[in-house]
Amino acid sequence: MEVNTIYLDNSATTKPLKEVMQAFMAVNEQYYANPASIHAMGVESNELLMRAREQVADILQTEAKNVLFTSGGTESNNTAIFGLARSNTHKGNHILTTEVEHPSVLESVKQLEQEGFDVEYLQVDKNGVISLEELRTKVRKDTILVSMMHVNNEMGAIQPIFEAAKIIHESSRAAFHVDAVQSFGKLPISFNDEDGPDCISISGHKIHGFKGSGVLAFRKKMKWQPYALGGGQEFGLRSGTVAVPQAVALSKAARMAVETMNNRAQKYRQWNDEICTQLRGYGDVVHILSTPQGAAHILSFSIRDLKGEVIINALQKRNVIVSTSSACSSKQTKTSHVVEALNIDEHFKKGVIRISFGAHVTNEDIVKFKQVLDEVLMELKGEY
Amino acid sequence: MIWKEILIRYGELSTKGRNKMDFIRRLRENIRHAFADLGHLHIRTERDRMFIAIENEIQMDVLLKGLPKIFGIQSFSPVAACEKDMEAMKKLAITIMDTFKNEQLTFKVEVKRTDKTFPLESHAIQREIGSYVLPRYQNLSVKVKQPDIELRVEVRHDATYMMAQVISGAGGMPVGSNGKSLLMLSGGIDSPVAGYLMMKRGVRLEAIHFFSPPYTSQNSLEKVKVLANELTKFGASIRLHVIPFTEIQVLIKEKVPSNVSMTTTRRMMLKVADKVREEIGALAIVTGESLGQVASQTLESLTAINAVTNTPILRPLISSDKLEIIDIAEKIGTYETSIQPFEDCCTIFTPASPKTKPKLEKVEHYESFSDFDELIGRAVKNREVYIFPKKEQEADKFADLL
Repeated sequence: MEVNTIYLDNSATTKPLKEVMQAFMAVNEQYYANPASIHAMGVESNELLMRAREQVADILQTEAKNVLFTSGGTESNNTAIFGLARSNTHKGNHILTTEVEHPSVLESVKQLEQEGFDVEYLQVDKNGVISLEELRTKVRKDTILVSMMHVNNEMGAIQPIFEAAKIIHESSRAAFHVDAVQSFGKLPISFNDEDGPDCISISGHKIHGFKGSGVLAFRKKMKWQPYALGGGQEFGLRSGTVAVPQAVALSKAARMAVETMNNRAQKYRQWNDEICTQLRGYGDVVHILSTPQGAAHILSFSIRDLKGEVIINALQKRNVIVSTSSACSSKQTKTSHVVEALNIDEHFKKGVIRISFGAHVTNEDIVKFKQVLDEVLMELKGEY
Repeated sequence: MIWKEILIRYGELSTKGRNKMDFIRRLRENIRHAFADLGHLHIRTERDRMFIAIENEIQMDVLLKGLPKIFGIQSFSPVAACEKDMEAMKKLAITIMDTFKNEQLTFKVEVKRTDKTFPLESHAIQREIGSYVLPRYQNLSVKVKQPDIELRVEVRHDATYMMAQVISGAGGMPVGSNGKSLLMLSGGIDSPVAGYLMMKRGVRLEAIHFFSPPYTSQNSLEKVKVLANELTKFGASIRLHVIPFTEIQVLIKEKVPSNVSMTTTRRMMLKVADKVREEIGALAIVTGESLGQVASQTLESLTAINAVTNTPILRPLISSDKLEIIDIAEKIGTYETSIQPFEDCCTIFTPASPKTKPKLEKVEHYESFSDFDELIGRAVKNREVYIFPKKEQEADKFADLL
């Protein structure tokens, strides 16, 4: 892509920060030894790994021994769900999740359903948010796992995870897993609060770190089974030589994301509002899926009777990169499960577009985007 | 920020008569030392309590986390302050009582009015605050005699002070109030625990470690350094003496029959330790020995080993079970470090079947053919000394990467 590309698909993935890339290079050059080796070089890279782990633990307000480096959000989600479900069958058999989760959660619970677990899905309203009342009625004594995303990847809805945690812990012994892939670095999320998630998934490449790196973190030590067998790395849970450079890069990206969070959040909110105002100006040609209560960095909307792909291509011609509702499902032709769950008008189901902000987006980008959006809509819909 | 200061109640030292001022001074210095990172703390001492002024929330967090580890503190309480105004006082009372909202508790309000110009008198203040707090918390009920919580309000000249929370301290006596000893620190589970227990009784520690490269790795030495550093969390700096021990161990292996070599090794270690102890002016030697745990820790072995010196050997773990020791190690945070599997100086030269009942005369006889004293002198002279806690200023080579 050319230099002046406006990249607004940061919820699909982000461009790594320069500082993160520099750290990654430096670690690969100087501290490439296996952290499990007993020679001095190994000791050094192990020290570095420990520091990276401690930093992530500090950010999440837990202890270093509860932080596991993984290959990304999908691995974190998969293993959280399989691990917490299969290791707790003595407590019960019931699993709760929502109908708008990421596929890495939905497919995992489907698998568990086939293994005999009793899985129930919470519905969402037109804003994409679950009902705490429904949660209260569905949590049972034998519920062992509740998995809920913090911010929806397709339209930015924020789930009330702290209120949910209270309900879950009051009426069950269930572990509460929160997929924070889209929220970490954008909204406050940690184990700081008295009640909250027991387990959090984070992905490196959504916070200007690298693809292939993620974290699974726990509030406290949990009953768990190893899922990658071998040399016993990562506290025996996930064997395989630990990727120190990835861990360091993720740790740095996480620190920078949290440090700049408030500043960015303000900008994102302002851009989101501006674009929404413009969209509302188009009248009933446009339907906005996101809500002002949702996360500011994601804005989803749909154009009546148009296919998302068409809009994407039209914007792309003008150097603006956006995506259909999610990058994972954008190549499939069927309507996404999230869009289905929101129960929107048939005319708007095919044309969902998601724009998502990141650290590299500038005010000028947004001004340009609004212009381009106007041109494209004019071109595709004629007069509106 | 509502917090103004932290009130500290002294531990056992409250009962000590003559040396009290000395103990208080020690405790104050230990606190200063443990929180050196926070810059200069304003500490005010009184006969029965001590106050640390709080300037910001970071200070408060660090102190709340660190104070429970400092010996000589029975308990402490965060103290909040507000204007001398009933509305502000009620608000503050609510903020403070919020800490307890999840428990079923009895409470009372205790008022002291130092500033007699304050319009309401003690009883009236008590009533007003009590009747404001009580209906707002379902979980609270009033009990005047021995309530679970006392909300203490003190109207002083500069402001109104308030507190309710009482956090337990580590107890014990301020480190340094009971002299100095030398801890034999192996890197295992027991010795750090032994050190901790002695520190709890007010003993200042230096540590000694026997290092036998290349038979023991740099890793095992690093581990010992980490342990020494961990122990400094309890409010005192520690010097670690690392003794180059290879030469002596090799000579023992050559000259002494293998079934008593372990006894001799321990004897030589003790001799070295005793020399170092003398140099640093410590009064006793502390070990993590626990009776019967291994061959070197039977009464017979201890007798044979102890015969090299008259110095008091303190063995705080002598009657503890391994599981009890592990419990403490976990509590004080040394366990995870201790169980890292590196060869230490005890495991590498271990004979297949050491004597559990070595005879002193025999051991002495075997040793008499070699001149260990020269080697011991050299080992003591060539020791390396490290000081913990490590100064923060030391360049952090990873800082840029993270």
